[in-house]
Amino acid sequence: MNVSRAAKLEAQGVRLAFYNERMKRRLPVLAGIDLAVAEGELVAIVGPSGCGKSTFLGAVDGLVKLTGGAIKVDGRIVTAPGPDRAMVFQQDSLFPWRTVSRNVMYGLELQKRLPREAMRERAAQLVELVGLSGFAEHYPHELSGGMRQRVNIARALAPDPELLLLDEPFAALDAQTREFMQAELLKILARAGKTALFITHQIDEAIFLANRVAVFSARPARIKAIIDVNLPRERTLEVKLEPAFRELQDRIWRLIEEESASMAIAG
Amino acid sequence: MAVTPADDELIPARDDAMPTPTVSRWRRNENFILGLASVIAFLLFWEGSVAFALVNPLFTSSPSRILAAGFEMFRDGSIYPDLAVSAEEFVLGYGLAVVVGVPLGILMGWYSRLNAVLDPFVNALYATPRIALMPLIIIWFGIDLSAKIAIIFLSTVFPILVNTMTGVRTMERDFVKVARSFGASDGQLFKTVALPSSVPNLLTGLRLGLGHALIGIVVGEMYGASAGIGFMMQTAGATFQTDKVMVGIFIIAAAGMGLTHVLRIIEKKFDVWRPDHHV
Repeated sequence: MNVSRAAKLEAQGVRLAFYNERMKRRLPVLAGIDLAVAEGELVAIVGPSGCGKSTFLGAVDGLVKLTGGAIKVDGRIVTAPGPDRAMVFQQDSLFPWRTVSRNVMYGLELQKRLPREAMRERAAQLVELVGLSGFAEHYPHELSGGMRQRVNIARALAPDPELLLLDEPFAALDAQTREFMQAELLKILARAGKTALFITHQIDEAIFLANRVAVFSARPARIKAIIDVNLPRERTLEVKLEPAFRELQDRIWRLIEEESASMAIAG
Repeated sequence: MAVTPADDELIPARDDAMPTPTVSRWRRNENFILGLASVIAFLLFWEGSVAFALVNPLFTSSPSRILAAGFEMFRDGSIYPDLAVSAEEFVLGYGLAVVVGVPLGILMGWYSRLNAVLDPFVNALYATPRIALMPLIIIWFGIDLSAKIAIIFLSTVFPILVNTMTGVRTMERDFVKVARSFGASDGQLFKTVALPSSVPNLLTGLRLGLGHALIGIVVGEMYGASAGIGFMMQTAGATFQTDKVMVGIFIIAAAGMGLTHVLRIIEKKFDVWRPDHHV
């Protein structure tokens, strides 16, 4: 894949704290995150559970307000959700009262940039892109988990965002479907030519998908390490069997384990 | 070129397995046949008890007597004015409750301040059997049509309002996040998430309201009226015309079942997207 060096996303010293009602004090969640994602790149974020990965993604999407630092997409500072970013949420965030095609059209309907007919066409293209032709008029409950996540991805791609944010999209899938969907996602992203930020707690998923893997520390999160994935960009599932893949896996696993241990001691 | 999903992934996840055609006719209709048989057995027992003079028909009536009385009331036309009056009360009272309860419920679910202002009243009135307000209603409205509309409205509006409100308030947080992520304004969030989420609860409210409305009709008319099914039952009861009372009961029961059935058909339309919500 041709990765140009222009930074699509830049996070500079991103800090974030939530007020905790029960403990009556502010709890820092993000303690200064610096991360740059180049155009066309896929960066995966891993880290101990509860470390603030999802919060960071929410901040990039503009759903959460920062306490300090800045997030820029194409040089513009993020203050609210915008059409240049789109989020693929975890399981079952499809509207059950909308058909597949109307779920995909959702973002377009809100933005009102296209006439109805054009929206329908765009939705049809995306449904085909994610391999669900023939299911456009089905309701989400009629689909399997893997198919629902395809719709979820199509819905996010519909408004043609610059940056795709994926929050553990395959976490609820069974192991087989998950592996299959990982390969599919690479194909879909390559075809759509998108930059992506991917959160996961599966190390092998992170390595398989990403150009680089960012390892978050325990809460409050900093970036503990950024690891280049020096594997050919054209990846098939066999890559997971290669020694280089295993080595990366071990290295990232040790980094996360250190953090989990420090969290366990901290209580 | 499209990405093709694996074959096994394309099998829709439906767990409501349809019965295979090899299952016998008896198995498929078992529940219906058993229900029908028990009703027939009950009617025969009832008729038999009267026929063999085990009970006094003055108190119990009997299926054949009820049928005859009902037939006679329809034949000589004496039932129609009562039916018309009750139907009018129902349509106006229930209709008014829907027109007021649904929008107000939606607004109370959406605006927490409005909810805070109205909640004490709604809660107090919802908890009170509205029949207890009957003497007041008679004082205010007299015993004509408006009094019945008032009691039916009061009986019905709260279950509709409270359920609609709950529907709006319990919309899933995930859906709100999705809408916000796509840049939805408050108005769009309301239209695309809050309203559709409230539909199942709204329909439940309409169905609960139906039962309350029928209670309102009967009690309202028994309390003070000059016509209506409840009134007819009251006068028939006072003169020991048990058969006529029974006819009234059957008419009310049939109306309740019929209207509930209509609502269920409407609910079924929404079942396409809420498969696990069969109440």
